[in-house]
Amino acid sequence: MKKTVFLGALTVAGLAAGVAAAGTLDDVKARGKLNCGVTTGLVGFAAPDANGEWAGFDVSICRAVAAAVLGDPSAVEFVPTTGKTRFTALASGEIDMLARNTTWTFSRDVDLKFTFVGVNYYDGQGFMVPKDLGVSSAKELDGATVCIQTGTTTELNLADFFRSNNISYEPVPIETNAEAQQQYLAGACDVYTTDASGLAATRATFEAPADHVLLPEIISKEPLGPLVRHGDNEWGDVVRWTLNAMVTAEELGVTSANIAEMSAGTDNPEINRLLGTEGTLGEMLGLSADWGKNAIMAGGNYGEVFAKNIGEETPIGLARGLNAQWTNGGLLYSPPFR
Amino acid sequence: MTTITDPPQGSFRLSMLLSDTRYRSLTLQAIAAICLALAIWYLGNNVAKNLAKLGLNIDFGFLGVPAGYDINQRLIEYTSQSTNLRAAFVGILNTLLVAFLACTLATIFGVLAGVLRLSNNWIVSKLMAVYVELFRNIPVLIWIVIIFTIMTAVLPGPRAFRGDEATASMLFDAFAFTNRGIYLPAPVWGAGSMVVVVTFLLSIVGVIGYRRYATKLLYDTGRMLPTFLPSLAIFFLPTILMFFIMGMPIGLEYPELKGFNFKGGIKIGGPLIAIWFALSIYTGAFIAENVRAGIQAVSKGQTEAAAALGLRSGRIMSLVVLPQALRVIIPPLISNYLNITKNSSLAILVGYADVTATLGGITLNQTGRAIECVLLLMLFYLVISLSISAVINVYNNAIKLKER
Repeated sequence: MKKTVFLGALTVAGLAAGVAAAGTLDDVKARGKLNCGVTTGLVGFAAPDANGEWAGFDVSICRAVAAAVLGDPSAVEFVPTTGKTRFTALASGEIDMLARNTTWTFSRDVDLKFTFVGVNYYDGQGFMVPKDLGVSSAKELDGATVCIQTGTTTELNLADFFRSNNISYEPVPIETNAEAQQQYLAGACDVYTTDASGLAATRATFEAPADHVLLPEIISKEPLGPLVRHGDNEWGDVVRWTLNAMVTAEELGVTSANIAEMSAGTDNPEINRLLGTEGTLGEMLGLSADWGKNAIMAGGNYGEVFAKNIGEETPIGLARGLNAQWTNGGLLYSPPFR
Repeated sequence: MTTITDPPQGSFRLSMLLSDTRYRSLTLQAIAAICLALAIWYLGNNVAKNLAKLGLNIDFGFLGVPAGYDINQRLIEYTSQSTNLRAAFVGILNTLLVAFLACTLATIFGVLAGVLRLSNNWIVSKLMAVYVELFRNIPVLIWIVIIFTIMTAVLPGPRAFRGDEATASMLFDAFAFTNRGIYLPAPVWGAGSMVVVVTFLLSIVGVIGYRRYATKLLYDTGRMLPTFLPSLAIFFLPTILMFFIMGMPIGLEYPELKGFNFKGGIKIGGPLIAIWFALSIYTGAFIAENVRAGIQAVSKGQTEAAAALGLRSGRIMSLVVLPQALRVIIPPLISNYLNITKNSSLAILVGYADVTATLGGITLNQTGRAIECVLLLMLFYLVISLSISAVINVYNNAIKLKER
């Protein structure tokens, strides 16, 4: 018995040691699968569809990275994580990257030792209330009971907002979005607060979405983006430039419809470098030459992914707003492919 | 006279460590201990090395930093500007509160169900059997969720109390049952209320004193004084008298619907009620079985002998059966109390801010100090569990069979 315990301990220790050693890119290639952390279910961002296939805005990032690295957008193992488990899952190496509407903050970057590779959605924290409550501003919420997802930045923003406005509230901490939704609909809390995009996505699943309003106040900056562990820059570069490839593709007008035609070669050298018909960008990343093409073919460019999952045509109905290309007055601005 | 010859004192050889039964077990234990120590050292060393490689270190400095989040249920003063350490204390007190409440209520449920299960009434005993089997065999996690969901779905929200066509109303205008919790009137302490409180405390001492005197008189002279009615009188009369003499200094503050919620009065939060009730009713089923086993362990002859002496059935239970049954009931009761305390860590499921939710949940998350927080949590649960078993063991030693 003692011996088995000892051997078991050795195995655990060996596994723990293995995590820190090898490069994630090599691991993913050797495994033939990308382990990608997503939410436990937020319609539009990451949720299994009727066939059990994961789909959504964050899921598309995972699929694009898998396509870039392995050439196959379906070679992804989706790992559902809660607000509480996501960082441990990433730090321990259980997942290779986290694409779970996670806010880029100083302490997560510096103290928790994660690298945010970019921003795929510029968000802010908002409030949702039932229409018949008759509230039109968050400053009228004195004494309200507020449902929050625990373990997120929203918890801290909320405390700051109410304190700085000198009004009181009663927090109800909830583990997952689904539970929060149930509590809110049962009237156990007056207000539900989380990122405005999450509120819109949640409201879209209600039986009567029109009975609920989003208050005009956006009380924080929430730049959401995919992240990887500190200290593995090669892997960080792969994820960063896959995201940039999707953004650049939209800027340059490369879509999933015309990509086959464009990858035959175009007059625009940047498109050629992006799609791998010119230059050696793929080789520099340690990937095949057509990595960019694969990434974009996985689900389309950034604009296509946005429109398909959370855009105005979908039940979630989010406008591009800050998430428009810089040429359209938004904040999306990818560094050049050169 | 016989002489006992000593075994031959052969010189000690190294091989005897394995071949001689006197040393073999020691040798094996020593080897096992060394292996275990090595394993622990290796694991610890590995953790330290890997943390260093990731640039992380064990540091408890985060405990002194402002927590930044709010807690809805708190027994001590706490704001979002208080430190993480204070947030942990708020959580610890909440854990202790729910553990204490649930242990008390579970004992009441358990004793009732256990005694009733032995009832001669077929319906009562079968009902109790259904209760025990139903609650014991479904995980407590599911009970917590079921009870909380029923509470939030069935009870009205505070909004239902508002307006002329309110769909819900307060009981006696003093109690409000909402899906966020139960609101009760709170006492307001006026001038002179201390006198009333002191009188009340003194009358409790009086009741105990009277009962002791009655017992002593019974043992010394065999004369039996009535205890129930006099105790009741000593308990209530002086306090009520003093209350009116002092001019009714203690008033009641009734909860009132103000804004989004009820204000004033005492609020018992919905999450607390859900976790309290779920833990009590679940563990009560286990305690019921302990109680039944304990009572059945007392042989029938004891009851019959006591009856033959002319004792009434109530006294047979309290003087003969229960003292003997407690010896069987107490040891498993300890483990049930420990289970309640540990199961209270499921409280985050319903949004109750116990120590797992504050220190092991939000603080862990916001600071990212997973190893430190989990170490502290382990230490807390270990200390509290050992303390509970120590206290109950003292009680167990007091009532166990004394062999003289």
